Amino acid sequence: MDKIPVTFTLNGETVEGLAEPRMLLIHFLRETLGVTGPHIGCETSHCGACTVDMDGRSVKSCTLFAVQASGSEIVTVEGLANPDGTLGVIQEMFREHHGLQCGFCTPGMITRAWRLLQETPNPSEEQVRFGMAGNLCRCTGYQNIVKAVLASAAELNAAKEAAE
Amino acid sequence: MIPAGFEYHRPADLAAAIGILQQHGDEARVVAGGHSLIPMMKLRMAELGHLVDLRDIGELRGIGIAGGTAEIGAMTTQHELIGHGGLASALPVLREAALQIADPQVRYLGTIGGNVANGDPGNDMPAVMQCLGARFRLCGPEGEREVAARDFYEAAFFTARAEEEILSRILIPLPPEGTGQAYVKQKRKIGDYATAAAAVIAGRDSASVAMTNLSDTPVWSAEAGAALAAGHVEGCVEAMLAAIDPQEDMRGPIPFKKHVAAVVLRRAIGAALARRA
Amino acid sequence: MKDDATAPADRSAGLKGLGCSRKRVEDVRFTQGRGNYVDDIKLKGMLSGDFVRSPYAHARVVSVDKDAALAVPGVLAVLTAQDLEPLGLHWMPTLAGDRQMVLADGKVLFQGQEVAFVVATDRYAAADGVAAVEVEYEELPVVTDPFRALDPDAPVLREDLEGKTEGAHGARRHHNHIFTWEAGDREATEAVLGEAEVVAEEMIHYHRTHPMPLETCGCVASMDKVTGKLTVWGTFQAPHAVRTVASLISGIAEHNIRIVSPDIGGGFGNKVGVYPGYVCSIVASIVTGRPVKWVESRMDNLMSTAFARDYWMKGRIAATKDGKITGLRCHVTADHGGFDACADPTKFPAGFMNICTGSYDIPVAYLEVDGVYTNKAPGGVAYRCSFRVTEAAYFIERMIEVLAIKLGMDAAELRRINFIRADQFPYQSALGWEYDSGDYHRAWDKALEAVGYDALRAEQAQRLEDFRAGKTRKLIGIGLTHFTEIVGAGPVKNCDILGLGMFDSCEIRIHPTGSAIARLGTISQGQGHATTFAQIIASEIGIPADDITLEEGDTDTAPYGLGTYGSRSTPVAGAATAMAARKIRAKAQMIAAYLLEVHDDDVEFDIDRFAVKGAPERFKTMKEIAFAAYNQAIPGIEPGLEAVSYYDPPNMTYPFGAYICVMEIDVDTGDHDIRSFYALDDCGTRINPMIIEGQVHGGATEGYAIAMGQEIAYDAMGNHKTATLMDFFVPTSWETPHYTTDFTVTPSPHHPIGAKGVGESPNVGSVPCFSNAVHDAFRPFGLVHSHMPHDQWRVWKIAHDLGLHG
Repeated sequence: MDKIPVTFTLNGETVEGLAEPRMLLIHFLRETLGVTGPHIGCETSHCGACTVDMDGRSVKSCTLFAVQASGSEIVTVEGLANPDGTLGVIQEMFREHHGLQCGFCTPGMITRAWRLLQETPNPSEEQVRFGMAGNLCRCTGYQNIVKAVLASAAELNAAKEAAE
Repeated sequence: MIPAGFEYHRPADLAAAIGILQQHGDEARVVAGGHSLIPMMKLRMAELGHLVDLRDIGELRGIGIAGGTAEIGAMTTQHELIGHGGLASALPVLREAALQIADPQVRYLGTIGGNVANGDPGNDMPAVMQCLGARFRLCGPEGEREVAARDFYEAAFFTARAEEEILSRILIPLPPEGTGQAYVKQKRKIGDYATAAAAVIAGRDSASVAMTNLSDTPVWSAEAGAALAAGHVEGCVEAMLAAIDPQEDMRGPIPFKKHVAAVVLRRAIGAALARRA
Repeated sequence: MKDDATAPADRSAGLKGLGCSRKRVEDVRFTQGRGNYVDDIKLKGMLSGDFVRSPYAHARVVSVDKDAALAVPGVLAVLTAQDLEPLGLHWMPTLAGDRQMVLADGKVLFQGQEVAFVVATDRYAAADGVAAVEVEYEELPVVTDPFRALDPDAPVLREDLEGKTEGAHGARRHHNHIFTWEAGDREATEAVLGEAEVVAEEMIHYHRTHPMPLETCGCVASMDKVTGKLTVWGTFQAPHAVRTVASLISGIAEHNIRIVSPDIGGGFGNKVGVYPGYVCSIVASIVTGRPVKWVESRMDNLMSTAFARDYWMKGRIAATKDGKITGLRCHVTADHGGFDACADPTKFPAGFMNICTGSYDIPVAYLEVDGVYTNKAPGGVAYRCSFRVTEAAYFIERMIEVLAIKLGMDAAELRRINFIRADQFPYQSALGWEYDSGDYHRAWDKALEAVGYDALRAEQAQRLEDFRAGKTRKLIGIGLTHFTEIVGAGPVKNCDILGLGMFDSCEIRIHPTGSAIARLGTISQGQGHATTFAQIIASEIGIPADDITLEEGDTDTAPYGLGTYGSRSTPVAGAATAMAARKIRAKAQMIAAYLLEVHDDDVEFDIDRFAVKGAPERFKTMKEIAFAAYNQAIPGIEPGLEAVSYYDPPNMTYPFGAYICVMEIDVDTGDHDIRSFYALDDCGTRINPMIIEGQVHGGATEGYAIAMGQEIAYDAMGNHKTATLMDFFVPTSWETPHYTTDFTVTPSPHHPIGAKGVGESPNVGSVPCFSNAVHDAFRPFGLVHSHMPHDQWRVWKIAHDLGLHG
C-alpha cells in the first residue's frame, strides 16, 4: 500500500510523516517520529503501556492507526515535564511515592493519570483505582501508583488554590 | 500482531460512506472505535481491502431525548454516554452497563454503535438494547430502515445489517417513570467479557429481561419478562435458564455459567426492584 | 585542623546510605519517557526479524516453502533449520544441560514453536513474510499430561534422544523421562512414615504460569564486519553469561562479543534464558551484514518463552498426635515441556526444591523429582523465585494445612510448635541446607498480634454460624503462611550454570573530586540497583550516594558476574559492593594517616572521614583523601583509588516472612474479596525500606494473580488457551488488594552488611497465603485440598461439590 501523509500536533508542535494506512499509531510515534516514551506491552489493548492523550482522551495507541490520528492533538509523557525541564507534578509524585519500578508502564500510567486528574481533580482512592484500570503494572502492585496519583491531585489542587 | 495492508477511507458524510461500501462490497468494513475490529485485524483474523473510518461523520453523533424516546448517534462513545446527564436520569442502566465495559481508554473510543452492531456475543450493550426494546436505524443504498434490537442478532457476528448498511442511530423508548433498571455483570477482571450478565427493567406491571454472553446472541426472553412482570422471580429465572445456551471457555464450564447466570439475574432483578419507584 | 560544625547525624543523613528511603535515581528518566529499552534502539540500516510458528503441538515438518515469502516486498531472507545446520546453530544448548531446537528440525514439539525466521526491512514487511511462508505439517499424537507422558506406549517426543539412557542429570528410564533427582534419606523417611501416629497425604499441583514482564523479550544483534565485533543489546538478566555462552556456541572469540542489557522492563525470570530469537538475530546479522532486531509479541511471549512452575507434588507428612512433625516425603512430577530449558544451577535440576521442609524442624525427609517431557513450551524458569523455592514453599505451606486438618488443630499453632527455634541456627535441614539465621517465633507472634488473629477467628466463626443460618452467602477465609527462602546463589562450590560459577562482582572507582562510579555484574530490571547499591557504598566509604554513578549490563565495561535473578543481587553483588568499598576504605585509611601524619592504626573511620583517634577535630574527609590519592605522591602507595571485588558467598541467605490474608468468598459466584493482606518480611539488614516495601507490594500482587486466576493452560490437543491478556490473568489496580507491610530484622551472619534479599519473598509467601485463605474458608465443610488457580469457577466448584448450593 502507498504511504499517505499523516500530520498532527504532538506535545504542542506540528509533526508530519508518511505512513502506510495499516501503520499503528504506536509504531508511527516510536519508529517514524522517534518518540519512545509510550511502550508496547500487549498489543491487544489490555495493558495501556502505549497510552497517549488524543484530543482530550486517553487512548491506547496500539489500537489506532496513525492515519486515524491525523488532525488531532496528541500528548505523550514527553510533553508532561515542566517547560524548564524539571519533572511535572505527576512525574514528581510518582518518584516521591515510588510509583514505578522497571519504568515500562510508567509513561502510560502518568499520561493516563494526567487526563484522569483533569476530569476528576479530587478523586477518591476508588476513583483512582477504577480510572487507572486500563493500565497494567507488573512491578508495583499499584499501591504506590495510587498513592502517587492521589498525592498529585493534592499538589495540583494546592497549586491551583495558591494561584487563585 | 501486524495487520495486513488496506486502503483507508475517511468519508465526511453517510452517503459517501455507503458509496464506498457499495463500491467495494465485502472487501470493505466500517470502523468506529476500532476496539473490536483492529485487534482482529492485527491477528489477521479480519483481512479487508478497505477500511471506512466513520469518525468524521457528524450525522452519526449526538444524543437527544424527546417525545418519550432517547436517540443516540452510533458514534457516541461509551465515555460520552457515561457523562451524559440526561441519559443518566432517563436510562441509568445505560451508564451502569457502559461503566462495566472494558477500561477507561477503551471507553473513550469504543462506541455504542460498534458495541451493538458488531454482533459479538461478549458485548454488553446488545442485551441492554434488547431489554429496553431499542430499535436500530440502518442506512443503506436503499435509504433508511429500522430493526428492533430483539430481531437484530442472528448468530455470533451475524446480524440483520446488510453489508452495505451502516448503523446510524439507536432509538430507545424511555421506560415509564418509576421503572427500576439494572445491569449486573460477573467478570473475571476489568476488561473482561461477562461470565454472565443480566439487564433488567421492572415497572409496576411490566418487565423485560435480557442476558449477555450466554449464547451466540444476546438472550431476551418474553416468558422471563412476563414472569417477572407477574411478580414471579423464580419463574423469570427458570424461563431465562431455558433460553440460554452457554459454552465452556476459560471463564468456566457450562454448569457454572448456568448457575452464575441465575445468580446475576436474581441480583439484577433485586436491584431493579429496589430501584423501582 | 578545621572546624566542621556539621553534627554526625546530619553528616550521616547527607550520605543517604543504608536504611534510608532514598528516592530512586532511575525515576527521573523513566517518568519522562527517557528509558532506553531494547525496542527503543534504532540503528542505521536495522532490519526486523519475526518467526513463523507452529500451529500444532506435535507434528512433523514436511516442508517449508519460502518462495512466496521471499517475493514479499521488503523481505530479505527466510531462515530455516536447514540454513542454520551448516553453522551448527539449528540446535542450541539449554541452561539445564539439554538442547533445544533453534528452528524446527524435522518436527515441532509445542504450539508456537519457532519454525522459520523471516528477516525484512521493517516489522510490517516481516509480518507479511511470516504470513506468506508455507509450511506443511503432519500431525503427531499429542501428550500434555506429564503422567500420561510416562506411559509405556506414550508417543516419543524427543526422537533426537532415542536410545539415550543417560541424560545431563543421570539415568533416563523412559523415552519422555528427563531426570530423577533426590535429596534426603529415603529409608529413614519411609520408616518414620510407617510408624507415625498421624500421616497426612496430598497431591499438590502448582500450576503452569508465566512471569510476563510488561516488556517482552527481544534483542538487536549487530555484527560489524569491519571490526569483526558482534554487539547484542537485549533483554538479558545475565549479560555476562550470555556473552560466554554465545562465544562457546558461535565460536566467536569472547572479546569480540559485547552484550548490553539496556533498561529492562521487568524480568521476573523470563529474561534469564537464551531464546531462538537471539540466535536467529545474530545469524541474520552475520548473514545480512546489517543490525537485526527481534522483539516478541505478547502472544509469542506467553506461548514460547519461559513458563514457570508446573510441578505435581505428592506429599506425605508424619506427625505425633499432638502435632510434632516427624517426617516429610515429597515426590514431584515436573512437567518441563518439549525441552528442558530450566535455568537452575547445574547440580540442582529441580532447583532448590529441597528447601521444602520450610520453616519447620523436620528430623527426616526425602525428596524425589522426576522431570518429564510433554508437548508444551519449554522453560520452567525461576519466576520471581530462587529456583523452585516457590513450589517448595507452596508445597510445605499446603501440607501444614492439610496436616492441621487431619489433627484437628489450629494451623497457626501447628506452625508455632514446629518452627525451627532461634537457638537452633545455624540449622542443618534434613534435605541438606544450612539455614544461616532466623527468628521465626518472633515474626509469627508479631504477625498474629498485628492482625488480631484471635478476634479474626471469632469473627470467622460467627460468619460461619450466620452462613449456616442462611443469613449470608459469604464465608471468611484466613490464610496463613510462614515461609523460608533460600536465595543468593551462590557458593561457587555447589552453584554454577553451564559451568559458570555463580559469584558476582563490583568495581568501584573514586574520582579525584570525591565522586565515584561503580559497576556490577548484575542488571536491574526495576529493582533500583542504581539507587540501592550506591547506598551500600555511601555507608561503607562515606561518599554521598548522590555522588555515585552506577552502571550495569555492558559486558565491555562491567566486571564479570552471573546477573540478576533468584534474589541474588543483594546477597552476592551487594556483598561484592561492600567488599570492594572496604578495600577502598582500607587504602583511604593509609592515605589519611599519611596526610594526618599519624600511624595507620591511629586513624578511625567516622561516617565520611578518617579522624585521629581521640582527636576527632583532626580529620581528612573522603573528598580530601580522594584528591590526595590521585594528586599527591605518597610514599609506598600507588596513585588512584579504586577496587574490584569478586564475591563468592560462603552460604546462601535465608530470608523469611509471615503473611496473613483475610478473604471473603461468595459461594454462589465463586468471587472473592481480599479484605486485608499483612506481610511481615525479614530480609536481614534493610538497605532501602521504600524499595523493600515496593518489592513486597509487587511480588504479592504477582502472587495474588497466580493463586487467584493466572495460568498457562492447554487443551488436550496442546492448543494454548491463554495466549493473550484477556485470558491470562494480570490484575489491574481495581482487583489488586491492599497490603500492609511489616518487618523484623535478623541479619545474615555471613553477609558483609547482613542483608538477605527480598525481591522474591512476597511471591513465594503470598501464593500459599492466598491459597490457604480459600481453603480455610471451606475447611469447616470438609475441604482438604483443591488445586490452584482459585478463579471463580474453581472456587464455585469447591462450594458446589461440598453441597453449598443446596
